[in-house]
Amino acid sequence: MSEPLQITEPAVAAAVDAALAAIAAAGDSAALKAVRAEHTGEKSTLARLNASLRSVPNDQKAALGKLVGSARGRVNQAFAAREAEIVAAEAEAQLAAEAVDVTALPSRFTAGARHPLALLQDRVCDVFTGMGWEIAEGPEVESEWFNFDALNFDADHPARAMQDTFFVDPPEAHLVLRTHTSPVQVRSMLEREVPIYVLAPGRVYRTDEFDATHLPVFMQFEGLAVDRGLTMAHLRGTLDHFVKSIFGDEAKVRLRPSFFPFTEPSAELDFWHPTFKDGPRWIEWGGCGMVHPNVLRAAGIDPEVHTGFAFGMGIERGLMLRNDVQDMRDMAEGDIRFSQQFGMVV
Amino acid sequence: MRVPLSWLAEYVDVPPGTSLEDVHAALVRVGLEEEDVHTFDLQGPIVVGEVLEFVEEPQTNGKTIRWCRVRVAPDGETAADGGEAVHGIVCGARNFFVGDKVVVTLPGSVLPGPFPIAARTTYGHVSDGMIASAKELGLGEDHDGILRLSTLGIDAPVGTDAITLLGLDDAAVEINVTPDRGYAFSIRGVAREYAHATGAVYRDPVDQVQATAAVADAYPISIVDDAPIRGRVGSSVFAARVVRDVDAARPTPPWMVARLKLAGIRSVSLLVDITNYVMLEFGQPIHGYDLDLLRGPILVRRARAGERLTTLDGKDRALDPEDLVVTDDRGAIGLGGVMGGAETEMHEGTRNVLVEAANWDPVSIARTARRHKLPSEAAKRYERGVDPAIAPAAVSRVAQLMVDLAGGTADESGSLIHEAPEREAIRLPDGFVSGLIGVEYTADEVHDALAEIGGAVTRVDGGFDVVPPSWRPDLTANVDLAEEVARLLGYDRIPSVLPVAPPGRGLTRSQRVRRGVADTLAAAGATEVLAFPFTTEADNAVYGSPDGSPVASVKLANALDASTPYLRRSLLPGLIGVARRNLSRGSTDLDVFELGLVFLPEAGRAYGSAELPIGWERPSEEVLDALNAGIPAQPRHVGVLLVGDRIGKQPGVAAEPVGIADALDAVRRIAHAAGAEVEFAQGSHRAMHPGRTAEVRVGGRLVGYAGELHPELTTEADLPRVVAVAEVDLDAILSLADEAVEATPIGTLPAATQDLSLVVGAEVPAAAVAAAVREGAGDLLEHLHLVDDYRGAGVPEGAKSLTFALRFRASDRTLTAAEASEAKLAGASLAAERTGAAIRD
Repeated sequence: MSEPLQITEPAVAAAVDAALAAIAAAGDSAALKAVRAEHTGEKSTLARLNASLRSVPNDQKAALGKLVGSARGRVNQAFAAREAEIVAAEAEAQLAAEAVDVTALPSRFTAGARHPLALLQDRVCDVFTGMGWEIAEGPEVESEWFNFDALNFDADHPARAMQDTFFVDPPEAHLVLRTHTSPVQVRSMLEREVPIYVLAPGRVYRTDEFDATHLPVFMQFEGLAVDRGLTMAHLRGTLDHFVKSIFGDEAKVRLRPSFFPFTEPSAELDFWHPTFKDGPRWIEWGGCGMVHPNVLRAAGIDPEVHTGFAFGMGIERGLMLRNDVQDMRDMAEGDIRFSQQFGMVV
Repeated sequence: MRVPLSWLAEYVDVPPGTSLEDVHAALVRVGLEEEDVHTFDLQGPIVVGEVLEFVEEPQTNGKTIRWCRVRVAPDGETAADGGEAVHGIVCGARNFFVGDKVVVTLPGSVLPGPFPIAARTTYGHVSDGMIASAKELGLGEDHDGILRLSTLGIDAPVGTDAITLLGLDDAAVEINVTPDRGYAFSIRGVAREYAHATGAVYRDPVDQVQATAAVADAYPISIVDDAPIRGRVGSSVFAARVVRDVDAARPTPPWMVARLKLAGIRSVSLLVDITNYVMLEFGQPIHGYDLDLLRGPILVRRARAGERLTTLDGKDRALDPEDLVVTDDRGAIGLGGVMGGAETEMHEGTRNVLVEAANWDPVSIARTARRHKLPSEAAKRYERGVDPAIAPAAVSRVAQLMVDLAGGTADESGSLIHEAPEREAIRLPDGFVSGLIGVEYTADEVHDALAEIGGAVTRVDGGFDVVPPSWRPDLTANVDLAEEVARLLGYDRIPSVLPVAPPGRGLTRSQRVRRGVADTLAAAGATEVLAFPFTTEADNAVYGSPDGSPVASVKLANALDASTPYLRRSLLPGLIGVARRNLSRGSTDLDVFELGLVFLPEAGRAYGSAELPIGWERPSEEVLDALNAGIPAQPRHVGVLLVGDRIGKQPGVAAEPVGIADALDAVRRIAHAAGAEVEFAQGSHRAMHPGRTAEVRVGGRLVGYAGELHPELTTEADLPRVVAVAEVDLDAILSLADEAVEATPIGTLPAATQDLSLVVGAEVPAAAVAAAVREGAGDLLEHLHLVDDYRGAGVPEGAKSLTFALRFRASDRTLTAAEASEAKLAGASLAAERTGAAIRD
């Protein structure tokens, strides 16, 4: 404890003036802190004056106490005001210093992508699951029985040769790379109870050369419904609903007589849309028909009791028509720039 | 099938002004899909001219040209191009004489090419048009000189329009004929279909000729099939007739040449052209023998083992006992239904012809055509079924043309074997067609449609009995008749009715997870690709088996690319190919993945089935099980490949090159999306870096590998040294993952966190230490993760210091620091026991 000071008005005023000057001069919170220690700390003049109150005579205590108390009050008030100013200025300075160029920020994000064929396939599946259908699957290396015989392809029928089949070696083992998703029809009928409403998407194989309009490996989806009283009208209704779901309400379906061993009657499926690149027109997109009685028999279903319809389309062609893809090779080569155009949405 | 319009119009009314598009549109409605159009593609004025005189002028280039004066219009009249009646024309050919009638393409005309003709200066003259060759007119392939009309037997007045004269104004539609409609490979069949589509009057060409009647003393013919295929007799119909004293050297008339040409068949010689013409017209393949070259009676039988035949195309062929042959005393003289033999064929000097029209079993023909790689016009028709009733009429039509055009004399009668079975009636119950098609057809509509296609329709109790026409072997069941009714009355009558399926169960777990996996990887920056599954045996060994030893692979018998005849056992070779392609196109930072099947046959096991069950009956469960057991396993894998930088250099951020950690993260994402807990362990794989390979385990079972490719392989593949890859069996992961999560209550009392540093041998896997700590610390340990792996000062040589951050929590009380420490030390103690770890001070 240092020497008690004589409490006089000039002494108090001098201490106050010195403190106020120092407060005003403090430029930042560190300086202010030092000022506070110097002018209000234990060793400060004001503190010492305050401590000296103890030794003043009782009759002067009230007056001198008031003098010192108001002096300390003024200093503290000034200090608080200055502190608020400095905090505000410093906060503002910090925000200013923290500003960045939002166009030059580093990023850890990489735009990945699903393959658009896979995305389109998922969408097709969603349309059908939304109608209560289920998604069925089967192997890609398949027994000829499922790929041909059970689908009413006679062993010697030219239709069997027209399929351009990849055979597994040795051919006598009767294994093929499935030429269509239709063997899944047969598997579904064998495994499930009627009524059956299934969609079978997947990869299929034909010995086509790889060019802008042909792929030896491509994706199909196949629909199959077997129930009591199904007719070609139900087939058309399903196709109508499907193309409108995928291509919009203006899309239309047309059926043309055709031939497939596994359907009778059979039809080619054309569809029409106003926004095709070369103008509104009919474009062939697949085959369909009423399930041939022999196919039902192969699965142990009595064609006298149940009828069915089936249809099959290529996903690649769907993508070409829908998204104006010009060259099928882009879908197969795995150039990431192709898929990245689509991202996560097709 | 190509159908010239003039020919079509002979047998069905085609209104004037009908365009090729109109014909296509009509045919497509009844199921004959449009394919193309064919025209001669030329434009007049093209006229008949007469060579008045010419001067031969040798040229410096060695050629000699003829400077001709050609009359192109009658004297005193203006030529079709508006010029003089006599034109001066330079001609390079020298195969003509003064007085010859020729075809002159006048200035303004256009030849196929397009090749516009104009008056032009050449070899010092103004050539005012051109004298055309048959090839230039699009009529033939011969380019031996210009076309002299006398060689076609034509003498038309000068100035006549040669386009009409030669039938070059005709045009053809080409349609795609489906395999069930063999009869549409004829003008006869297409004309009938056109009538169905338009309602026009149809005239069956078969009805326009008197069918050849059989007589006993005609050419002796017999059929003996002692080895029918699948119970089907090889030949049931054989009609023949002799035409004598033909002049085989006469030219084929231009209208026939033009029609054949439009139909896609080259004119060969008059006699051959006639047989082709009748084949196109009737759909009945015809064969003509030089009668004088035949030796003895004709016998149709199966070929004998070792028997040979030189066919018309000059090829010597070894015959198979399944082949059907036409024979005479010397042996085989024709491959029945597919191609005739060279020895007895008609030629320029032929005087007498035996015309054959037969019917052959489609199965036999299909097999023979395939065996000998002879998809001839005849085989194409027989495979799909030829009308068995028209052979006698077809030989008459041939005989008639040989008489009219070749000056022959036809024998009054001929030979005929006709053993084709009668068609049986198909019962069509009332309401059946409507019930299948969904259109309320009247009984009259059904009756009339089936009668119109040529069926014999009889009303019976409760329906119709329908005997299909002889030209429709494809109509064998009530559903076939339903299609006929529907297509004749129009598919556009079929209404649109959406069927209501029973409530479905949505996607299966596997289908949902697959989407989840692909979406998760893509959301994390990877790009999905779909590679072809074709590969090599070597790649299957390297990437498809952990130690690189040879493994069984599925091989294709007829691969497109002979260098990659195997099906992949691993997705990695495909991803490597994709990476190479992308790098070569300038994309250097890659993160790609594929979901796809791999094909995993077991070594030493035979796959497939030697015999297949019949297709129109449900096989027994045993047979189905055997079929399925014969199919190799095809699990669904996920493959991932990264190369280059995961994070590129950016302001304030250094580039982060990819490495093994990224491969492991990809696997974590896959497992996470599949709801599986994944564990990694140090592993080894032939294709991978020996020190940077992790085995991927779920529930203790190996499900794949992750790490970096072996630098040897990346160098070989011309890729950067570091390529991070992972491949896991998603089906296996799914089978091992819990299907449903069992939720535990979430503790809300305060947690206590502590760090634990343990010094262990550098070779001890961090995971082993972590597992021991976790087990030793017991239930109070809520979470543990490795925060540091330190080697260096303060840690002995050959050891490392692992620091774990631990979080403890009790469900029923606030833990004290002492309790947490006690649990931590218990963990450290078990780690010490298991791995030799010591607490680092």
